[in-house]
Amino acid sequence: MDLVANNLSYKPDDQYHLDEVSFNFKEGNLYTILGRTLSGKTTLLKTIAGLLTPDSGEIEFDGKNFLKVPVWERNVAMVYQQFINYPHLNVFENIAFPLKQRKIDQSIINEKVMDALKSVGLLGYENRKIQELSGGQQQRVSLARSLVKNAKILLLDEPLVNLDYKLREQLREEFKNLFSKGLADETILIYSTTDPRETMELNGEVIVLDEGKVLQVGPAKEIFENPNSLKVAEISNDPPMNIIEAKISDNQIRFEGIDVEAPQHLSKLTEDGLKIGLRSSDIELNENGYEFEVELAEISGSETLLHLKRGDTKIIVSIEEVLNFKIHDKVKINFKIDRAYAFHADGKLASSPFGGLNG
Amino acid sequence: MNKLYIFLKYFFIVVWTVFVVAPFLWALTTSFKDFQSVNGGVTYIPWVDFEPNLEGWKVLIKSPAKGGVDIIEPYFNSLFVTCTASLISIILGTLSAYALSRYTFKAGFVKNNDITFFFISQRIMPPIVLSIPFFLFLSSINLLDSLTGLIVVYIVLLMPIAVWIMVDFFNKVPREIDETALIDGCNPYQAFLKVVLPNSIPGLIVAGMFCIIFGWIDFFFAFILTFTEVQLLPVKIVALNSSVTPWWSLSASALVSVAPLIIVAFIVERYLSKGNLSGAIK
Repeated sequence: MDLVANNLSYKPDDQYHLDEVSFNFKEGNLYTILGRTLSGKTTLLKTIAGLLTPDSGEIEFDGKNFLKVPVWERNVAMVYQQFINYPHLNVFENIAFPLKQRKIDQSIINEKVMDALKSVGLLGYENRKIQELSGGQQQRVSLARSLVKNAKILLLDEPLVNLDYKLREQLREEFKNLFSKGLADETILIYSTTDPRETMELNGEVIVLDEGKVLQVGPAKEIFENPNSLKVAEISNDPPMNIIEAKISDNQIRFEGIDVEAPQHLSKLTEDGLKIGLRSSDIELNENGYEFEVELAEISGSETLLHLKRGDTKIIVSIEEVLNFKIHDKVKINFKIDRAYAFHADGKLASSPFGGLNG
Repeated sequence: MNKLYIFLKYFFIVVWTVFVVAPFLWALTTSFKDFQSVNGGVTYIPWVDFEPNLEGWKVLIKSPAKGGVDIIEPYFNSLFVTCTASLISIILGTLSAYALSRYTFKAGFVKNNDITFFFISQRIMPPIVLSIPFFLFLSSINLLDSLTGLIVVYIVLLMPIAVWIMVDFFNKVPREIDETALIDGCNPYQAFLKVVLPNSIPGLIVAGMFCIIFGWIDFFFAFILTFTEVQLLPVKIVALNSSVTPWWSLSASALVSVAPLIIVAFIVERYLSKGNLSGAIK
């Protein structure tokens, strides 16, 4: 049973929330919608759920017009980024709610709710009030409530974003296990996130969304290796990919008085306005490298993010250890230039180290 | 420091309690006094300062023929009118408030907020402004001097309060809760009844309390819109007053008329202190 959308548009005010969005989602697959905040992820999920009606376009599910089916008959499940549960019900009643709504036998409800509680690791919590739970536990209840329905379409709208770092890692791991074994083969799983790392870890089919437009569709690896435009490269990397305005001539990449020998996949690009893209992890500290000035150094986890500047060029370097720098310190860096991307002046990919559009 | 804090805490509690309870005690003792005990200097303690009697209370239930002011019928009239009007106001007001909170209305430049303001603006006008239209309206549909007429008028007066309180309350209930209910298989009516309403009980209680208080204490409209057939308690109590101010029966009637509000307050307080309302929604 496929979920197919054709040219969905939604424009409630003067800005597009969805702009001609089309997709073809197949059952048993995981789809990740990657986009920055306000890119239209939630709007898209709500449109699939039926909470929003698009201005134009069609959605078909199982060959039937989905737009004619009201939300409460669509058999979808949704987990919000806020931990949405029914505050007046306890944990058990919360999870049982969608089943009760279908007037299922109480003994079957008990069994299913217990199964769901077990799969999210909340056995023993069934009589707790929702308000007594931590954020992570509340989100687990929310997830259990969507799992218990055996919905054909499961929507997860940035489910981990409001959790602290450690819980996020832990829940992400659990999600991955659940998705890989727990879900029936006929479920379409749609997961929206702003986090490129999460996208890569979930390793599903990725839809990159920006300002309501689909920029690129493909497997996570493909999006990471061959982003089709500057925007996708920015969205699918955290920190965003460094963009350097450079010129290539005589097999040399030249910018800010630096000459680097161009790798083979870039050597034939000689046009004006070329932009070189380099991931922050593809730049390293090196005694014999080029001198940059430190603008800001932030330590995140076990990583140090260095914001560097040379002339008008600003780059971010991530270093896999905790180092202390002062502002205005001079550091020397080297580029792993064979991993550089090139983009045309209009932002389209010109060449990638993984073979996209070579030359 | 800590002892001082405890001392101050109890000190203020005692002061405030005296402040609140003293008028009631005063009214209670006065209701058992006669003319002599009220006007013959300061008296406080029954059987010591004065000899208590039940004259003040008897006046309230004696028929007018026997020189009394029978407040039993007005009392139940007031209860009936207040409760019915409050109930209808809460039901209509809650439904309107939910619609105003969740759906977008637009007619020219009029939008949701304007409609909400329109409701509450009915309460901004001085009552005297409304009295003439109400009088003419009720007389044109033959409901002057009737309980039904009063209920209609009170609904007009109380519903804005309910709408105002409930719009504010619903706006604080996350929309996602309604949406989740829809996704979980509720139609919009079920979502409202099974999910939104149970989570709105604190708001309903507050709105209900305000309706009951404002309905119960209204004198002005009860005075203007009724004559002989139907009378409400506040109007009847004023009728007690004559050339000699009967402090004893006025005190008794004051206690009787404030009793329902005290009972409501106690019930609500019990319910609130159980803690199942606070923090229902983040």
